[in-house]
Amino acid sequence: MSETKTNFKQSILDALSNPTLGGALGNFSVAYRAGRAKAYEGIDFEALRTNIATIKGDAAGRFDELAEQFAVAAEAKGAKVFRTSDPQAVKDYILKLALDRGVKTIVKSKSMATEEIHLNKHLEKAGIAVQETDLGEWILQLDGQTPSHMVMPAIHMTKEEVTTVFNTKVEDGQKPDIPKLVKFARGKMRPFFLKAEMGISGANIAVAETGSIVLVTNEGNARLVTSLPKIHVAVVGYEKLIEHFADIAPILTALPKSATAQLLTSYVSIISGPTPNTDGTPKELHIILMDNRRNDMAKDPRFKEALQCIRCASCLNVCPVFRLVGGHVFGKIYTGGIGTILTAWFNALKESDEIQSLCIQCGSCNEVCPGKIDIAGLILELRRRLAVEQGLPVMQKAIFSVVNNRRLFHSMMRAASIGQKPFAKDGFIRHLPMFLSGMTENRSLPAIADVPFRDQIKKIEQPKCAEKAAFYGGCLVDFAYPEMGVAVVKVLNKAGIEVIFPEGQTCCGAPARYSGAYEVAAQNGSDNIKALLAEDVKYVVCACPTCTVGLKQDFAAHLEAVGRTDELPAAKELAAKTWDFSTLAAKLIADGRLKFKRGLEPVQFTYHDSCHLKRTLHADQTPRNLMKEAGNELVEMDEHDMCCGMGGSYTIKLPEISAPILKRKLQNVEKTGAPLVLTDCPGCTMQIGGGLDKAGSKVQVRHTAQQLADSLE
Amino acid sequence: MSALLESTPLIESFITRATAVSAEVERVATRAEAIERLIALLRKEGIADEPQSYAVCARCACITVADRAHLAAEVPGLRFDVTRELASEAKVGISQLEWALANTGTLVQAADAPDTRLVSMLPPLHIALISTQALLPDLPSVLTKVDPRRTGYLAFITGPSRTADIERVLTIGVHGPGRLIILMVDELPLAGQEVAR
Repeated sequence: MSETKTNFKQSILDALSNPTLGGALGNFSVAYRAGRAKAYEGIDFEALRTNIATIKGDAAGRFDELAEQFAVAAEAKGAKVFRTSDPQAVKDYILKLALDRGVKTIVKSKSMATEEIHLNKHLEKAGIAVQETDLGEWILQLDGQTPSHMVMPAIHMTKEEVTTVFNTKVEDGQKPDIPKLVKFARGKMRPFFLKAEMGISGANIAVAETGSIVLVTNEGNARLVTSLPKIHVAVVGYEKLIEHFADIAPILTALPKSATAQLLTSYVSIISGPTPNTDGTPKELHIILMDNRRNDMAKDPRFKEALQCIRCASCLNVCPVFRLVGGHVFGKIYTGGIGTILTAWFNALKESDEIQSLCIQCGSCNEVCPGKIDIAGLILELRRRLAVEQGLPVMQKAIFSVVNNRRLFHSMMRAASIGQKPFAKDGFIRHLPMFLSGMTENRSLPAIADVPFRDQIKKIEQPKCAEKAAFYGGCLVDFAYPEMGVAVVKVLNKAGIEVIFPEGQTCCGAPARYSGAYEVAAQNGSDNIKALLAEDVKYVVCACPTCTVGLKQDFAAHLEAVGRTDELPAAKELAAKTWDFSTLAAKLIADGRLKFKRGLEPVQFTYHDSCHLKRTLHADQTPRNLMKEAGNELVEMDEHDMCCGMGGSYTIKLPEISAPILKRKLQNVEKTGAPLVLTDCPGCTMQIGGGLDKAGSKVQVRHTAQQLADSLE
Repeated sequence: MSALLESTPLIESFITRATAVSAEVERVATRAEAIERLIALLRKEGIADEPQSYAVCARCACITVADRAHLAAEVPGLRFDVTRELASEAKVGISQLEWALANTGTLVQAADAPDTRLVSMLPPLHIALISTQALLPDLPSVLTKVDPRRTGYLAFITGPSRTADIERVLTIGVHGPGRLIILMVDELPLAGQEVAR
């Protein structure tokens, strides 16, 4: 166990130190975002993906019925359909067929399903030559590698490396000139197409009512594979089934746009039964419908939606972690966000133990998924199930027992505030001794406040108002950034709202949630609900988007997950009156209760989107508009909604990955030339502010509340 | 030269999209002009009656028996008896496609007959004939026209064959044709209809 852990960490370090991989994926992630946006111009993506989710979600509930319908329709047209749940049976069927027909050479177009079951090895052991024909797959086959990306399998290789592979494995004398290398591959591959007796393909879609399969390629190899050999075998996972022929359209509209930012791939073939061979004889068409745990997945109410995947790999392309580490660290055929989920099911839950920890929970994948899958949520669910099955690491358990004991936690934080004294200067800790030094290697940490917000608020002279708001601080505002809390009080006081700080509040449960410890998180939620509902207030306001999501959504979700349903009504009551700071401020301005100062010097600022404010609360434009209304000038940074690498405890668990994510964020901040970064999240403030301090930058980071407090009359 | 049909948004969109994916689009008014243009293109490509220099032409509704004789006489090496051997030794493949999709620049063909696929897969240049009247707006509209019970192989072609598998550099012409010339013919009847002889 410890050895695999080491191997996993080592594979991450290897990937991070590979400049080819980082360069190729980094550049691609930028080009992809722009290309994808252009490809979807004029298309209602939400409507399109809702349609796809409905079509595929419906099919996922009826796989056996649709497989039966498919088999009847395809066989009526003359195809042979073989249905099995067992990967071994798929391999045996194809091998027997090949041996019976005297097949010596097989050409294959790209098929993840055949890679999932390691078909090539099985056929090659029997002495059959299996030729991958997708260019990237062929290069990897020659070099004995596995794909690092679902759509661009050899993206981790340079043209020089490809040239070496061709020179050593095929024919010497090639030069690293991409068009020439491609031409060389065309020439070498052509004889295989012409002599192969069998072609094996996958399918992107399988239509039950007509027995049709749909194949999508750019190179044209699938057309050759399905046309030239006299036997065509298509291996199709159950998740490719849909009921209606007309439903091909939405999937085929989204797939190329999401996969490669194309309006349509060069070639699409819709095959409905066998057609004649080139010599006029009838083609032999075998379609293998493979379950391999798809039905089990469909029966799991949480994971059923993962079957809405159309294998576009857009979740890989937008992932801040994937673009750093690539696909090989995933260790299996399916990579990236969806790959983590598929590996947990197609292989085993415990095989996802390490790779699920790569997810920083920023939710970028959810935003672009054309199958509308809650990828980040499902990875978190894997984490939860793993925690239930294997238990939490001892250290983490110890931490949670402290966090869960409000009094103990708070007194420890106070003790820490005194203990840090030798290390803290101007509000930052820049070096920590010994084993803690990694935490301050790439960014300074905020010093723990001398006086936590819970004590500071008692000293603030507030006007007595009829209208009251309860402030939910969260750990960072309370102990690291009390000035943010002070700013919130100042703003609300100006609107005639008195702020109280219910003393019984405790950790929002996010650390436990993101470690999969739902029992702990549920208890946190329960304590907070009691504390916050005990006060007679109109609003509960919070200046941390992660905590806000806790109050508005996760408390109820955790209580429900652990069966404490009697507490749900109270959770909902709290959710209904909870506001994130910027949204409440915008409302108070709209209601005429707050007014901007006139004649202030306009400030240039850039805005960093915190993952939860943008992708869960969808309030990303609110703070921007507030600051613009105040007369300031927004200079958007590149990738403004890309995660800063904080991810709560992620920065401690995987600092190797968190650091380069932060580095890129800091570069994007600096490029704007703005002297100020605003954000609504104290966690992001800690990460970005610490990074800027460590780098000696002059750029300042502030919470929107702080900037707004200075801009109001 | 006869006058072309007036351009429509569908025609404009098709030409823009097809050109954007590296197809070369030409318009002609009449069937006779299409045949003459075909001859000129084949001559320019150096078609000759020897291996590696053939042109292969699949059965096209718009090319009559009389046209074939004319074409064969004008361009030695242009063959109508398409086999996989001939197609793999040909420089140019010619076929007529049923529909074209305006919003993606795509050609669509009911390609059950293998010769229609051979000529558009194996030679490095594919010349595609389509009727201007066969333009449809988009993918859903063609799916309603096709009956998969009758069409066993529905082929969509959008530009030439391409890859970005090495360093993400877009490279044209991997396994399929590296060039696609689309001849849009106004007078051409739809592919399913026979030309009056």
